[in-house]
Amino acid sequence: MNFFNLIRIAYKALQRNKLRAFLTMLGIIIGVASVIAMVAIGQGSKQSIHDQLSSMGSNMITVLPSSNLNGGVRIAGSSFQTLTQKDIVALKKAQYITELSPSITSKGQAINGALNWPTSIQGVSPDYLDIRKLSLKDGIAFTEDDILTSAKVCLIGQTVIDNLFPNGENPIGKVIRFNKIPFQIIGILNPKGQNAFGQDQDDILIAPYTTIQKRILATIYYQNIYASAASEQVTDAAVSEMTQILRDSHRLRDSEDNDFTVRTQAELINTLSSTSGLLTVLLTVIAGISLVIGGIGIMNIMYVSVTERTREIGLRMSIGARGKDIMLQFLMEAILISITGGIIGVVLGIVSSNLVTLTLSWPTIVSESSVLLSFVVCAITGIFFGYYPAQKAARLDPIEALRYE
Amino acid sequence: MSKKILDIRELKREFQMGSETVRALKGISFEVEAGEFVTIMGSSGSGKTTLLNILGCLDKPSIGDYFLDGVDVKKLSRDELAQLRNRKIGFVFQAYNLLPRTSALENVELPLLYNREISVSERRDRAIHALEAVKLAERLDHTPSQLSGGQQQRVAIARALVNEPVMILADEATGNLDSRTSYEIMSLMQELNSQQGKTIVFVTHEPDIASFSSRTIQLRDGRIQKDTQNANQRSAKEVLAGLPITDDY
Repeated sequence: MNFFNLIRIAYKALQRNKLRAFLTMLGIIIGVASVIAMVAIGQGSKQSIHDQLSSMGSNMITVLPSSNLNGGVRIAGSSFQTLTQKDIVALKKAQYITELSPSITSKGQAINGALNWPTSIQGVSPDYLDIRKLSLKDGIAFTEDDILTSAKVCLIGQTVIDNLFPNGENPIGKVIRFNKIPFQIIGILNPKGQNAFGQDQDDILIAPYTTIQKRILATIYYQNIYASAASEQVTDAAVSEMTQILRDSHRLRDSEDNDFTVRTQAELINTLSSTSGLLTVLLTVIAGISLVIGGIGIMNIMYVSVTERTREIGLRMSIGARGKDIMLQFLMEAILISITGGIIGVVLGIVSSNLVTLTLSWPTIVSESSVLLSFVVCAITGIFFGYYPAQKAARLDPIEALRYE
Repeated sequence: MSKKILDIRELKREFQMGSETVRALKGISFEVEAGEFVTIMGSSGSGKTTLLNILGCLDKPSIGDYFLDGVDVKKLSRDELAQLRNRKIGFVFQAYNLLPRTSALENVELPLLYNREISVSERRDRAIHALEAVKLAERLDHTPSQLSGGQQQRVAIARALVNEPVMILADEATGNLDSRTSYEIMSLMQELNSQQGKTIVFVTHEPDIASFSSRTIQLRDGRIQKDTQNANQRSAKEVLAGLPITDDY
């Protein structure tokens, strides 16, 4: 018997019992659809975390002052004052770094006439906007000249606007006070929303760092240094280069620990991605279990089918079907059920993933590998769970099968 | 000199039932030549069914030889027996054994599906031809539930003819039919036998049916009791014509 005949025989046999075939398929359909949808949801949330962190600048490098041993006592990093103008000058020579900005932040009350709002003001260089992928909705950014003159100008975030200018007036050109210092608003930042940790990224004022240093905090130290690596690929090289430059600049001996920490965005992305990756694995395992249950459903129905069709098997044997032919027929029926169920499941999985995105606005990504995998699992399920019933059918004695009531 | 289709020599078949040995056939010898219409008769327990299974290559004799169209059945494996059934035997059963919810045409095509030498178009042509031979050319697409008992049995006969077997083996083929329909089936059998020269072995327990054949083998207690040529073979067609025409069924 050739392959085409085999498919034909199996197809005809299934067609004689469409509802049963469909119900058997249902287990596989639901299994495959849920595997695909779960993986899509998992992948989608992973991607959205990645995108969100990338929107903060995926090649962003942060330098923080950190504790080193000081007479045997470790001190909290933030209270350290190790980053200065000298470091910025030294870092400007680094070849893997394209942009560089010191950062110094002060908390305080922003006041516009009778309105006030507790917020923070961040002193940075003009490069900072590029490093953090910030952009202006309106107005202009401050320049190197403003840095040199410690100009009292600032960029304003949407949350601060909402609180200080509630009546929809244009804040550009207006002067607000922050800790008694007047700042003229020259630009409005595009809203960025919350970051991955739930912090409001729009509750901010941004000003030249020299202004904050001299007019508000009266300090020569920086709290952080932000830099951009030339590309995401050279981030690691940039980190080691910066580390070396800062060690030289701080005149640390080989035996001494770093008195600063260099962090990359990539580390953060990896940490968060692995958490959501674990979630994906869990969801997929649960969905996979339902696929196995679907397979057991096939096996059950095939066993019932073999018993119910004993006379048919006897007849087929009497007109010349070999045990092998009967076996292949039942195996092919199981495979047809599982593969058809698989195809419907794939379609349903993709549709329901899109529905989830449409109705719940959860991001979903249907990956080709999950489609391929669930399809292969389907075919294997069909063969595996179809094998024993098929073998049972093939071993029937034609004489007894023909007389079976 | 016509060809020997069946050649059975000292055939014995024994079954092991627990500690007892049941001897169903106790040494049977006969020959059937091409073009014969043989009925095998016997009451239940006579070994009729056992002999039928062996003739149909569904079972093998314990002792003795069975040659079907010159092939020594004893030497064949299970798969080779299946192949032999496919090429040389056409079965007709008492309960028709048609596939439900399947058209007459597809039911008749079934044996050819297990013969890889036959193409799709040839399969269809031969199935149509076989259905024409049993006068069901207008019922190709009907499923068994849309056909009467006699029509279903004719589909089954078409299925037995389609692989052009050397022998048609009928097992109580009229057992489920009323007498008029039985005569119709017997008339068809006689026609196939006389006009197309088909060899027919017909197992039955009704002497009435046996009278339509050319030869009757009577089994009793696992042995041949009588093997007689039927001197005055009745014509089923004439009997049918002689039946009173009633319209109350």
